Amino acid sequence: MSQKIKDATIPTIPTKARISRWFGRNMLRIYMIFGFTYLFVPVAYTFVFSFNDSGKSNLIWKGFTLSNWQNPCGAPEVCNALGNSIKIGVLATTFATILGTMIAFAIGRYQFKGRSSSNLLIFLPMATPEIVLGASLLSLFLVFKINPGFWPTVIAHVMFCTSFVVVTVKARIASLDPRLEQAAMDLYANELETFRRVTLPLVAPGIAGAALLAFSLSFDDFIITNFNSGTLITFPKFVYVSAARGIPAQANVIGSSMFFLALAIVIAGQLVNRKKAR
Amino acid sequence: MKIGKARVPYLLLLPGFAFLFTFFILPILNLAQTSTQTPVKGGDTGEYEQTFAFSNYINAFVDNKEQFGRSFVYATLATILALAIAYPLAYAIAFKSGKFKNILLVLVVAPFFTSFLLRTVAWKQILGEEGFIVPTLRSLHIISEQTTLTSTAFAVVAGMTYNFLPFMTLPLYASLERIDPRTIEASGDLYANGLTTFRRVTVPLSMPGVVAGTLLTFIPAAGDYVNAAILGSPNTKMIGNVIESRYFKIVDYPTAAALSFTLMAAILILVTLYIRKAGTEELV
Repeated sequence: MSQKIKDATIPTIPTKARISRWFGRNMLRIYMIFGFTYLFVPVAYTFVFSFNDSGKSNLIWKGFTLSNWQNPCGAPEVCNALGNSIKIGVLATTFATILGTMIAFAIGRYQFKGRSSSNLLIFLPMATPEIVLGASLLSLFLVFKINPGFWPTVIAHVMFCTSFVVVTVKARIASLDPRLEQAAMDLYANELETFRRVTLPLVAPGIAGAALLAFSLSFDDFIITNFNSGTLITFPKFVYVSAARGIPAQANVIGSSMFFLALAIVIAGQLVNRKKAR
Repeated sequence: MKIGKARVPYLLLLPGFAFLFTFFILPILNLAQTSTQTPVKGGDTGEYEQTFAFSNYINAFVDNKEQFGRSFVYATLATILALAIAYPLAYAIAFKSGKFKNILLVLVVAPFFTSFLLRTVAWKQILGEEGFIVPTLRSLHIISEQTTLTSTAFAVVAGMTYNFLPFMTLPLYASLERIDPRTIEASGDLYANGLTTFRRVTVPLSMPGVVAGTLLTFIPAAGDYVNAAILGSPNTKMIGNVIESRYFKIVDYPTAAALSFTLMAAILILVTLYIRKAGTEELV
């Protein structure tokens, strides 16, 4: 019986139909491969050219070398720019995380007058084009005769990162089970203790995620920074300025390292989550 | 005894909102004021006085209407392209990736972490004369010897599409992932075929993601000038490039301010119309 069915079906499918069926079934998979290739081509290019024995301008492949990785500060401006970006990123992340988390708790936990206009105030900076944020802040600094530079840049970054922190932390607060806090109160914990021992640890992963997001936004920002940093060079600014005459391969080393570092942090975070879930 | 409970939220909001008021609202108001100033007669370059010259807006717009138009055309094209690329990608990750879901999701965000300027410059070199694509296409006679890929509108739109792709993919994924698989099964039970189910069930349920994704792509794309500066030519200048050079090269603050305001107003109007039409209120 089964033999009969086999004989009846398999040889009758013409090759053309089989190919089109295979495509039908695997179309999304093929599409995904194309999609991810598109996403990763420039990343791979940046990584490959970090090994280029390029000298000053990293435009043409001239041979393999490890020296860029052994000595990432070989082009001193690169490391100087990187240092500035990290300093600004850490400061901006710290302030934005504190301010944003407080706002998120207020909006996520309380009903109060003006709650919806608070939501609007958080949404607006995210809906404003970066160039308008950067230009308007610069003109304010100019009015008060404050020279653009390090601190104006930090202020600018705190301004645009805060909204993203609020949105991220608020989502985490909204997903909390209110019964956990009720249980703590039932066990005679007062409000402060409940907050410190139950609520805060539960919201912590959201705050950590928000801080990571804020840091990467700050580290990668160019447009707002370009308006408010004056002569201070950050890493993206360095890349932009030197793009015309070729970027030293050390910049590729730093870009690639950031990529692997961030990937490692994200994967580690996922593993920790999975362990906790078990 | 202790702070009245009603005051707690306001105290929590106070520092953050004081900050946002000073460094977001105030600058925007100041920008509005700057936009109607005119140069001081006989003053230095960069010296302006308030004359409520609303004609600044008309002049700024008339002088730069080409760049305005280009910004909106490029941003629209980039948004449509990003949607076309990201939707199947997000769909595949949400429904067809099984246990690889989290890894694939990380991979979508991962390119983000290599500085976006480095990636844009990488595109410039990949698509440039020394890259591998142009010589290959030329030897296959797909493009002529004179055709270049960089310094064209194509390169600028492609660069923007690439840079804002994660902004499109993530909200799409979030809304597709939330779809209850039973609704799709139910559609099948009611004799809808795959295509009909997709069109009548999956797409409508993913609309919040489509709206959020298109906004997150369109808004930064319309104000962008980095892609146009790196991948484009003087013929592909966008409004962002004009604002930037008004500020830094010509020190013409009023025109730059008027242009910024016009850009912001145009985006807000378009976004409002779009949200109305798409019919989703839950964005924030």
